[in-house]
Amino acid sequence: MAGHISPKSTYYAIFAALMVGTAVTVAVAFVNLGPFNFPVAIGIAITKATLVILFFMHAKYSSQLTKLFVGMAFFFLIILLGLSLTDYMSRGMQTYPGGSGGAGYGVRTEASSEAAAPEGAEPAH
Amino acid sequence: MSDAAAAHAGAHGSGHAHHPAQQHHFDSLEQQHEAATLGMWLFLVTEVLFFGGLFLAYMLYRVWYPAAWAEGSNELDVQLGAINTAVLIASSLTMALAVRGAQTGLRRATVNWLLLTMVLGLTFLVIKYFEYYEKFEHHHVPGPNFVFEGTNAGPVQIYFSLYFLMTGLHATHMLIGFVLLSVIAWMAHKGRFSPEWYTPVEISGLYWHFVDIVWIFLFPLLYLVDRAHHFA
Repeated sequence: MAGHISPKSTYYAIFAALMVGTAVTVAVAFVNLGPFNFPVAIGIAITKATLVILFFMHAKYSSQLTKLFVGMAFFFLIILLGLSLTDYMSRGMQTYPGGSGGAGYGVRTEASSEAAAPEGAEPAH
Repeated sequence: MSDAAAAHAGAHGSGHAHHPAQQHHFDSLEQQHEAATLGMWLFLVTEVLFFGGLFLAYMLYRVWYPAAWAEGSNELDVQLGAINTAVLIASSLTMALAVRGAQTGLRRATVNWLLLTMVLGLTFLVIKYFEYYEKFEHHHVPGPNFVFEGTNAGPVQIYFSLYFLMTGLHATHMLIGFVLLSVIAWMAHKGRFSPEWYTPVEISGLYWHFVDIVWIFLFPLLYLVDRAHHFA
């Protein structure tokens, strides 16, 4: 049966890259990068996942239709996360003059601004 | 025509010959393999969105309660989490080698790589068990017995709810994968696969690698929040 057979060396190289990625993500987590710790961690995870999908899961050698399905998973995931977060994270941004309540503090209006913060919420950073 | 195909054609008595694994509604083994692979990927698309809902909940609460996320995450054991990440990545390597073994017709190697993959999967679950055990001992399991010092106890409980939901759903997938691989290993042992037909090994591999990918995201998201004490 047809099917791409990768040399063992490819698998060992990908394994090594994934291990290095794991070590780097742990090491960099203990360095204070301020707001950049999160994007760096996610970036490394996306890189590792891409290596697994392309080589271990043979997506690189799959048909165009299979590749389309692989892309579809992430297309819908980005819609799910992206559209939801643009809503939640922009709430309270431009609802009253000069003010940003920070993400998640609900839409504030003049009338309700005093009682806007939910109980138990921490102060804005 | 292989012997198996000849025997199958003889059984039909109609003179049409094909591999015994080929279903009659497919033109060829290649087409059947393509359809099975595509079907597995379609299932994985639904799995991505299944976990995606939890990742969305995680992101929203993390944006709302960054300090609680930092406190909760710092309760987890980075060392155990990192070891488990390495164990799962190693199991993905052995799984890939098992598929390669099936592709190249190495029956013994395929079985051995599959068994090693299962051992690594089990190792992951055992380590996870000890991590869960520690959480129960420290009353960090959400519910009436949840205890957490400080003013963030409420949101920290949300963090631990998502921790158990996400790792629990992942561990469930590991268990299913373990059962799946035991069946595949048995089939491989029985000599059901050949370079002509190894699709079940291949698509089980897809599932196993997917579960590995989920953990590749869970590890930094759950274990590595604010380890540099940006908030503290």
